[in-house]
Amino acid sequence: MKLHEYQSKQLFSKYGVPIPKGRVAATASEAKQIAEELGGRVVVKSQVLVGGRGKAGGIKVAKDPAEAEQFATHILGMEIKGLPVRKVLVDEAAAIEQEIYLGITNDRAARKPVMMASAAGGVDIEEVAATTPEKIVKVHIDPLLGLRDYQARDIAASIDLPRDYWRDFGPIASGLWQAYSANDATLAEINPLVITKDKRLLALDGKMLIDDNALFRHPNLAEMRDIDEEAPSETEARKYGLSFIKLDGNIGCMVNGAGLAMTSMDVIKLFGGSPANFLDIGGGAGADKVAAALRIILDDKNVKAVLYNIFGGITRCDEVAKGILAAMEEVKPKVPMVVRLVGTNAEEGRALLANAHMITAETLAEAAQKAVAAAQGA
Amino acid sequence: MSILINKNTRLLVQGITGNEGLFHTTQMVAYGTHVVAGVTPGKGGEWVLNGKVPVFDSVKLAVEATGANASVIFVPARFAADAMFEAADAGLPLIVCITEGIPVQDMMRVRNYLDQKNVRLVGPNCPGLLTPGEAKVGIIPGNIAIPGNVGVVSRSGTLTYEVLYAMKNLGMGASTCVGIGGDPINGTNFIDVLEMFEHDPQTEKVILIGEIGGTEEEKAAEYIASKMTKPVASFIAGQTAPPGKRMGHAGAIIEGGAGTAADKIKALEAAGVRVAKHPEEIPTLLK
Repeated sequence: MKLHEYQSKQLFSKYGVPIPKGRVAATASEAKQIAEELGGRVVVKSQVLVGGRGKAGGIKVAKDPAEAEQFATHILGMEIKGLPVRKVLVDEAAAIEQEIYLGITNDRAARKPVMMASAAGGVDIEEVAATTPEKIVKVHIDPLLGLRDYQARDIAASIDLPRDYWRDFGPIASGLWQAYSANDATLAEINPLVITKDKRLLALDGKMLIDDNALFRHPNLAEMRDIDEEAPSETEARKYGLSFIKLDGNIGCMVNGAGLAMTSMDVIKLFGGSPANFLDIGGGAGADKVAAALRIILDDKNVKAVLYNIFGGITRCDEVAKGILAAMEEVKPKVPMVVRLVGTNAEEGRALLANAHMITAETLAEAAQKAVAAAQGA
Repeated sequence: MSILINKNTRLLVQGITGNEGLFHTTQMVAYGTHVVAGVTPGKGGEWVLNGKVPVFDSVKLAVEATGANASVIFVPARFAADAMFEAADAGLPLIVCITEGIPVQDMMRVRNYLDQKNVRLVGPNCPGLLTPGEAKVGIIPGNIAIPGNVGVVSRSGTLTYEVLYAMKNLGMGASTCVGIGGDPINGTNFIDVLEMFEHDPQTEKVILIGEIGGTEEEKAAEYIASKMTKPVASFIAGQTAPPGKRMGHAGAIIEGGAGTAADKIKALEAAGVRVAKHPEEIPTLLK
């Protein structure tokens, strides 16, 4: 789950990272009022969950409240990479001397969190990473011990941060680590962390990704999810514990297991079709989950056929069959359905579906070919 | 011979009285696996499966009483890390964690702790292990595989079943099938298992089932090119997956252009691995 800039910075601030004064606004007049309260120059920043906001014109520095209102009006009417801007953050503007990058993410190869820093921070950090990776310092953190103070000092020294700032840098690095570990983040990033002309360190921008699997122990973060920024079908799927991603094709897929769900998409494509979605009903799915999944698939009007590929292990085919029957009763689908049940309790499942007028298949290749043919015929 | 598990495995089930734990314990026992104990805190002293398997309050007590030498974990995600710590601290040399949806920071702590001990963890978010005809530890349906000389290693669960089933339909058997799981941080990786298969006299050929995300397949390709003498065939799931979207498994995501199916297939083919177009084709590549 992605957090907005203002949400990320508020969390960072809670752990002692200095951030600019500012607030979020949903209207231009609110933006003006915040600018009046702050006084002086302000920066008006679109709050959308994509990168490249600045380059898209979604971040503007205003010299006075009237200009802040004018920029907010413009930015609140924008779409950035297809996402409408619904909120702007109005922050006091900082006079910047240097931009630093500081972030923590999971290094899956090392199986440890890694803190990264660079003296070449700012909007071009990806470019720096691609062309001059040696300018990015990486320090692995032992997840059982946490970030040690000496590691923060080493980072400060490695990026040639002037010694005068080391005392302030330590708590910022440590605060970022605490924000990352206490909130089950998979990414916590300050870009840029600036040295201001009046010799302070300040986190001007913030980004956090939270591990969806850990939201059960962070109800406060779960509430921060911005459902305006995702497809409604994906929101609905999450409610039922389904893993769903909408795609552009016309064959709806219901599969158990992520690997097999991806493979079913691949095989549909291999035989000339196009999948409408990725959908993993998960391990051990019961009838109610299956029924919800079918409703979500059929909500997509592009869907011309549905492929069920269920290989029972922890999932029992008879449970899935019951779910299919319950959902068909409810939504009365008009598109052809191809079903393939193999594995745990497959025979019981097939017996339950015997009178349901579905196209059956033995192998995945056969099921995919039949689904492609059915979608073309519909 | 086989790897990791055989008919001498004495298995303990953590989370044995839960819905999934009990169902799959029944299946494992029916397959012939020696399930010697179960653990559910607060239910010590009870018996399950009509008095066949004793339940203990802790892993330590269960190991002391039964001599269990492997554990399989079915507990819910929020308790799974603790279950792995408990099994490791009780001295079990093999832990197989089936649970999916474990927070990744939990897994980093577990993995870094287990690395300090002599413990092999398989999973999490995996289907477990199957040595056909001898033992199954986990949830792989026993009747879809027959004994043989092909080692199978996979990041996926149900996709593995597809391949085992296709093998069986061709009369091809497996020495051991190892599901290493679909999470970004896991206990056992492809190279660990490839090395075991390379040294296992029963295994003559190997099937590697990978998917998008991470670089484990690329590392496996390097290992195969430099160290393996046995032929390997493969399939990579996610060839049609869009970048930046997590495909169910926490590990299956194409990030920053890395971890694509195309890259993995290229690396494997360069290592002399034959890569199938769809999973049912894999066994035919080893015929």
